[in-house]
Amino acid sequence: MKSTTPPISTVSSNTLEATARLPLGKRIGQWLENEAVLGYVLMVPALLLIVVFIAYPFSLGVWMSLTDKVVGTPGNFVGLANFAKLLRSEIFHQAAWNTVIFTIAATVIKAVFGMWLAILLNRKFRLARFTRATVLLPFIVPTVLSGLAWLWMFDATFSVFNWVLKWLWQMEISVFGLALKENWGYVRGPLWLGSPSLAMFSIILVNAWRGLPFFAISFLAGLQTVPPELYDAGNIDGTNEFQKFWHITLPLVKPIAVVVTVFSFVVTFSDFQVVYILTRGGPHNSTHLFATLAYQLGMTSGNLGEGAAAALFMFPILGLVILWQLFYLRREDSGG
Amino acid sequence: MTHEAGRQRGKTAPGRMRRRDFLAHTGKAGAALAAIAGTNWLTGQAPAFAQERTLHVLEWSSFVAPADVERGRQAAEFGKQAGVKVTVEHINANDLPARATAAIEGGTGPDILQLLSNYPLLYSAGLDDHNDLIAELGGDEIYPFIREAVRDENGVHRGVPNFFGGGANVYRKDIFEEVGIAGPPATWDEYLEAGKKLKHYGMPVGQSLGHTFGDAPGFAYTLLWCFGGKEVDEGGRVALNSKETANAVDFLKEFWLAACDEGGLAWDDTSNNRAFLAETIAVTLNGASIYFVARNDPRKVAPGFADRLGHFLIPEGPHGRYHGVGPFTNCITRYSANKEAARDYIRFVHQDDNFEKFLVINKGYVNGPLPKWQEHPMWEEDPAVTIYRELPQYGRNLGYAGPYNRQSSEAFAKYIIVDLFAKAVRGDSTQSVIESAERELKAIYEA
Repeated sequence: MKSTTPPISTVSSNTLEATARLPLGKRIGQWLENEAVLGYVLMVPALLLIVVFIAYPFSLGVWMSLTDKVVGTPGNFVGLANFAKLLRSEIFHQAAWNTVIFTIAATVIKAVFGMWLAILLNRKFRLARFTRATVLLPFIVPTVLSGLAWLWMFDATFSVFNWVLKWLWQMEISVFGLALKENWGYVRGPLWLGSPSLAMFSIILVNAWRGLPFFAISFLAGLQTVPPELYDAGNIDGTNEFQKFWHITLPLVKPIAVVVTVFSFVVTFSDFQVVYILTRGGPHNSTHLFATLAYQLGMTSGNLGEGAAAALFMFPILGLVILWQLFYLRREDSGG
Repeated sequence: MTHEAGRQRGKTAPGRMRRRDFLAHTGKAGAALAAIAGTNWLTGQAPAFAQERTLHVLEWSSFVAPADVERGRQAAEFGKQAGVKVTVEHINANDLPARATAAIEGGTGPDILQLLSNYPLLYSAGLDDHNDLIAELGGDEIYPFIREAVRDENGVHRGVPNFFGGGANVYRKDIFEEVGIAGPPATWDEYLEAGKKLKHYGMPVGQSLGHTFGDAPGFAYTLLWCFGGKEVDEGGRVALNSKETANAVDFLKEFWLAACDEGGLAWDDTSNNRAFLAETIAVTLNGASIYFVARNDPRKVAPGFADRLGHFLIPEGPHGRYHGVGPFTNCITRYSANKEAARDYIRFVHQDDNFEKFLVINKGYVNGPLPKWQEHPMWEEDPAVTIYRELPQYGRNLGYAGPYNRQSSEAFAKYIIVDLFAKAVRGDSTQSVIESAERELKAIYEA
């Protein structure tokens, strides 16, 4: 029987010829019909964004950290000299230690109180939706604005906290009749930003205040996915509230909790704004973090190489945290 | 569905743009913009319709607000005369270095950067040669402590100092009298005794030791010099670790606890102004801005408050009296496309009639770059600020006794000397804070 199908080579050449005869627009259109091609084309914008705004600055930062670049000069390659210099610097040691304390303390506070707040918000009460929306305010307000408000509240002379403390102190005098009023003297109360430990406490507090709503709302979303039947089953088994939280709530919101906590860890570790507004790293570098020290070295002291190296010290730590999160999520996905 | 039907369905209502038309129009617009941008890119010239001479000046926000207004007025006047659109942008002085770094690295931004202290040396690679302007606007007559702060190791001036600021101690005459202090202290020991009385009274000495550009280094460096300490010697070698430095540190430890508001560890340059005007401290090292506000802004103080204020110089120490002075220098950036206009602007603000207006409106808050300005009648008009005229006699810049250079600027930017004292008043041992600061200085000067 005579075949009606032309040889494959004939089809290909005919098709190619036909395609070549088409106008350019149509040819591109046909080309994009191919999903394999279209997929890559659609990826291009995202890829460009990543290359321009992430890969290029990061590569530039890595390169700068290996040079002795000061502002306005090209800089010479110096290998790991900037990193070695930083490792010898007491200010850098202090900033590293501060970053660890700041990150752990702020993240733990946000996770614990965020969960507590989420459980409260998960209950039914009047104006629940309004309250949930209001809770987000600290997260929505620009950090610069809220930071300035906190700066005023922590002000050594005008701190509202200290005025309240002073008022309470004077109340005590009237209650107990103690002659303590004169002893108050020049002391205006705790030096929130003037004492190293209180300054650290203050920046942790403000960071936690700002980040808490993010935890609370994320946890709340997780809580709302927990089937109520599980709690009913728990009630039948006679569990108390803590047992329900520990054996039902926590395991079910754990995947969300891990993602939120790791994300917050990364953001907190590289925090800049809170410290820059409140203390600029002072008093005597006791609140410098990696990011603020990098800024001081690179932007205000003009040592861009050294500043880039200080910033890059964050990278391996944050990279490990993110890798751990990826492995964790993959394990969860595979039911491991 | 046939092709025709598809076309019918895709038919656009009259007056509405089809997706294909939209893409065609935006494509043409994009091509036009790209052509314009391309022209600019290739030729370095602005397109013809945008060719207007502009000048962008970045300055600090002065503590004497009318000074910024006067600067704006002069800029507008210059713009009118020269046919240039001048924009003067004012920002917090603490943020000037970061803006300068970003501008120089990006190769775009202000045509003139106002830089403080020795910062022109830190940014010298991004700043133009100003030797001709310096020669024209005063040359060797310019005070050496501000002229040398802009001259790099190749002898090139990287800016033109416009004025300098410095602190004297503003104090409450009525409180001093009330607590039995005979008069302004002449020595640091007398100041300590006076401070004890003031702190006991509840209105101590207010002094910043925080991370800020003016008051904290202005106090820390001068205290060090008064006791004979210095970060580097005349040859630029680190010389901090000395008996004199230890004496300065030991003195401040006692002075801080016995006489000062301990909140000063967290103060910036605005804090002592607020504290003084709120009557929580009785004395503080400052420019004449506190007095200026007290005298000219009655809403902020009680009636007659300004009459109760006086000023005294930094007390004498075992090695004499010094004042840290902060030059404010106009620096034309190397990348500027309007260098000639920038030079004309600097000439304009240095013209006698213009600078005089600026000096007078500051009422003692700033000093002129040339000694002739100390003879101006303004200094005699209000005896309360006359003392600021004496600052040049004792003026030193950061990095003294060594040559002013990039390293001294870096040490300043890293608050090494301020933190030396801040750590000491926190309770660290004198020797440990000195050795720690010495290591940081060596990392800067001997790298």
